[in-house]
Amino acid sequence: MFGLNPRDTRFLLIVVFLTLATPLLLQPFPESSGLAQFNAGYPDLMQRFAIFGIFAIGFNILFGLTGYLSFGHAAFLGVGSYTVVWMYKLLGYNILPGLVLAMVISGLFALLIGFISLRRSGIYFSILTLAFAQMSYNLAYSVLTPITNGETGLQVYSNDPQVLMGANAPTSPHIFGLVMRDSVQLPVGDWLFTFNIGYYFCAIVAILAFYISLRIFRSPFGMMLRAIKTNQTRLNYTGLNPRPYTLAAFVISGIYAGLAGGLLAAMDPLAGAERMQWTASGEVVLMTILGGAGTLMGPVLGAGFIKYFENIFSKINDNVLHAWFAFLPDGLENFLVALMHPFVGKGWHLTLGILFMLVVIFLPGGLIEGGQRIARLFRRRPDSDSRHQPKPAPHVGE
Amino acid sequence: MQRRAERNFPGEGTMEAIILQILNGLDKGSAYALIALGLTLIFGTLGVVNFAHGALFMIGAFCAVTMQRILNLSFEQVDPSRTDFLGNPLKVQVPYIESWFGPETGGALLDWSVPLSIFLAIPVMIGLGYAMERGLIKHFYKRPHADQILVTFGLAIVLQEIIKYFFGANPIQVAAPSVFSGSFDFGAILGFDPNVIIYPYWRMVYFLFSLAIIGAVFSFLQFTTFGMVVRAGMADRETVGLLGINIDRRFTVMFGLAAAVAGLAGVMYTPILAPNYHMGMDFLVLSFVVVVVGGMGSLPGAVLAGFLLGILQSFASMNEIKSIIPGIDQVIIYLIAIIILLTRPRGLMGRKGVMED
Amino acid sequence: MGILEVKGVGKRFGGLQALGDVNLSVAENTVHAIIGPNGAGKSTLLNCLVGKLIPDTGSVMFDGQSVLGRKPHEINQMGISRVFQTPEIFGDLTVMENMLIPCFAKRDGAFRLHPFETVANERALNERALQMLEDLNMAEKRHMHAASLSRGDKRRLEMAMCLVQEPRLLLLDEPTAGMARADTNNTIDLLKQIKETRDITMAIIEHDMHVVFSLADRITVLAQGTPLVEDVPEKIKGHPKVQEAYLGQAH
Repeated sequence: MFGLNPRDTRFLLIVVFLTLATPLLLQPFPESSGLAQFNAGYPDLMQRFAIFGIFAIGFNILFGLTGYLSFGHAAFLGVGSYTVVWMYKLLGYNILPGLVLAMVISGLFALLIGFISLRRSGIYFSILTLAFAQMSYNLAYSVLTPITNGETGLQVYSNDPQVLMGANAPTSPHIFGLVMRDSVQLPVGDWLFTFNIGYYFCAIVAILAFYISLRIFRSPFGMMLRAIKTNQTRLNYTGLNPRPYTLAAFVISGIYAGLAGGLLAAMDPLAGAERMQWTASGEVVLMTILGGAGTLMGPVLGAGFIKYFENIFSKINDNVLHAWFAFLPDGLENFLVALMHPFVGKGWHLTLGILFMLVVIFLPGGLIEGGQRIARLFRRRPDSDSRHQPKPAPHVGE
Repeated sequence: MQRRAERNFPGEGTMEAIILQILNGLDKGSAYALIALGLTLIFGTLGVVNFAHGALFMIGAFCAVTMQRILNLSFEQVDPSRTDFLGNPLKVQVPYIESWFGPETGGALLDWSVPLSIFLAIPVMIGLGYAMERGLIKHFYKRPHADQILVTFGLAIVLQEIIKYFFGANPIQVAAPSVFSGSFDFGAILGFDPNVIIYPYWRMVYFLFSLAIIGAVFSFLQFTTFGMVVRAGMADRETVGLLGINIDRRFTVMFGLAAAVAGLAGVMYTPILAPNYHMGMDFLVLSFVVVVVGGMGSLPGAVLAGFLLGILQSFASMNEIKSIIPGIDQVIIYLIAIIILLTRPRGLMGRKGVMED
Repeated sequence: MGILEVKGVGKRFGGLQALGDVNLSVAENTVHAIIGPNGAGKSTLLNCLVGKLIPDTGSVMFDGQSVLGRKPHEINQMGISRVFQTPEIFGDLTVMENMLIPCFAKRDGAFRLHPFETVANERALNERALQMLEDLNMAEKRHMHAASLSRGDKRRLEMAMCLVQEPRLLLLDEPTAGMARADTNNTIDLLKQIKETRDITMAIIEHDMHVVFSLADRITVLAQGTPLVEDVPEKIKGHPKVQEAYLGQAH
């Protein structure tokens, strides 16, 4: 189905199911329980899961497959956001023209930056992309203020033309009348589930993005990209030109980033230059590595993981900790709280940094590899005749 | 980082304006040069791309903050000197340092806390560098550069979060010794009209200090046996290893040295820029650009490019230039890096065979 | 007129004249060996043939077309494949994928954006790749990571990757360098098998005389960047100039 083999079809269907059921799955704790703060099923966070999932899936097509480490992908994210907000200002709040244009413009921008940056490889490539992104960021803050509205950030004002805006059209981002921030709330017993239009829009886009990335992974194009990572010399002497392949991967990942940036603005009609800062580029690198670069699901997991940490873990403060350990003797309680204090709340970046280092050092395949290792521990089959078979290579993208 | 994007020049002369811009670029250029020097030392000797080097600069700066706090540690005391004048005993907050050395010396020590921090920073930075190399970097020599970038990037996050935990997120003001707090008329010294080229004392001190450090590093590499081996190792690691010299041990020391250079650059920079926990990242990006422009693995290249880019940045923020090319001050460094990388892949003074693939 | 015609090729590195005035003609469907002592310019010559170096003077014609100024991938697309001294393969990919890449390169050219094809669905190419693996007794290893192959198998795989493209000319750069005797003999057998079963022209650079004399139809002896002699193996063996070149080097 969908041009996939049965195994991949099953995989895709699972992903589709998980994505669509996210508002239920991320809301496992009853509202009145102390664990309700770990629920992640609210619209804003779920939208971010989907959007940064798209960003990371795209980044993975470049970094995971070709091994070219870009430190400048946030530039495309920013371009996407600005484009969408400009379309709001000029045309109206329908997100579709903006998103399409965001992909086109970020693709062209990626073509330009990629064409120059890909003339070098290795660390030089990383630094070139970093330089381009910082340049875009600085320009967005200064000279390009007429386009970007500088530090204030770009937003829609009442005197903007909005020529396509009908009299009764919604006054916030929508797609053909479906308003992004509208939600349906469904209380079931002590649980409260929120089904948000914006999230479902992002989710459908994310599923499409994932499907395309799955097709790329299974295609000759994807195979060539992995070959580039492994051995460019052999690729050259096999009659293949690596440059257009890497450039295509760069542009595709730039389009994904632009789409993600556009979606950010589609959920919240704002765009600011800070989205283009190199730390934002670093974030998508973190997501991809943490989840597992070069795997299909890894980047999505990494994106979800980091966004979850950012929103949930950072809310744990000392009071929460005290509540958790209240059953312990006071001395021990205070000790444990003091011990955990630096790592939660505002300190979640520290936890993230440590975790990231541990992953790079011990688990280069990311969380996906960790999961596989654990799974292997549990189902070690004692079939002796398979031992003499040559070791099969792991199927890419599990 | 844009704290002095513009400055008025009272004088009309082009020469004065040029000198002023060169001076303005010197302090930032010095910082770039020092950080880039350390990055290059690490890269040249160990072959490691250290994204945590900016964090070392930042930690150096916070050594100065720590020193200031230590010196200001106070206790409540009946001040014997005050009783004579006021007639009755008075309880005052007295820094320990003043009670030990007397108000004269103690006060002077307090005033000079930034230069004094050097004595704190050197052991701290060397220790930190040593621990980093032995504990972490050592295991990454044989891994791809991307892995080195990633793990040091993670380390940078961890280091800056630790600093944020202890010192908070806001910049902390650190004062230069009062002797150097003002400005002086540099133009008058050179024979120009007075009040045309005004330059803060501390920036001049920083520039001279960085020259001294650069000079010390170069003469260390040039004139000691240790330095000779290291230079040989930078040129050809395998061969020196074959000679039976324990090159790895020496490289560890080099890492400590590079960390100390970055740390000292940070210590002395505190009166110019109030340290905050993310200053390292800000400087790191620019320092990498500096290293690339100078030529990966070339020490003179790093120093030259550091000063060059600092000064160019300062020129680009002149109003005259900005009116011709708007926004050039924001992008000049990156633009130069891009042009250099594309036209001279090895940088200004890079050697053949370093990081070419 | 040979399939490969090298005329007056010279290459200078700074003060070193690596190649003087090399003339060489490789006839179609023969095995032509280029031998010579170390530093004779064998590798430089090979690099000039595949586009890695551009000679200062002279011309290199392949099948009537000049290869000079073309990039390695363009030269490969003309029908020249190269085997390296140390096998260059895609280590992270499976053996089968290693074979498929040249198949796609042969079919689609230097670049084609085909993100919505599926590798596994290209039956014809998969069969061809598998057939080639079977010919070289590698089929049962097709799911292994190429990096985990033994050195001899890596060489075999690299050879298979070149052959599956059906090149008109196969260049081999010291295919047995650093190999144990047994592996060398295996490689010789493999090359003999290829020579006997396919219409292919091979140019081998080698300094192992055993390899050269078991395979070559013609031999060119290179010394100090210029060809000394070119003849059939029997004549080369006792040729005084050759002995002089090799003995001269020995002393």
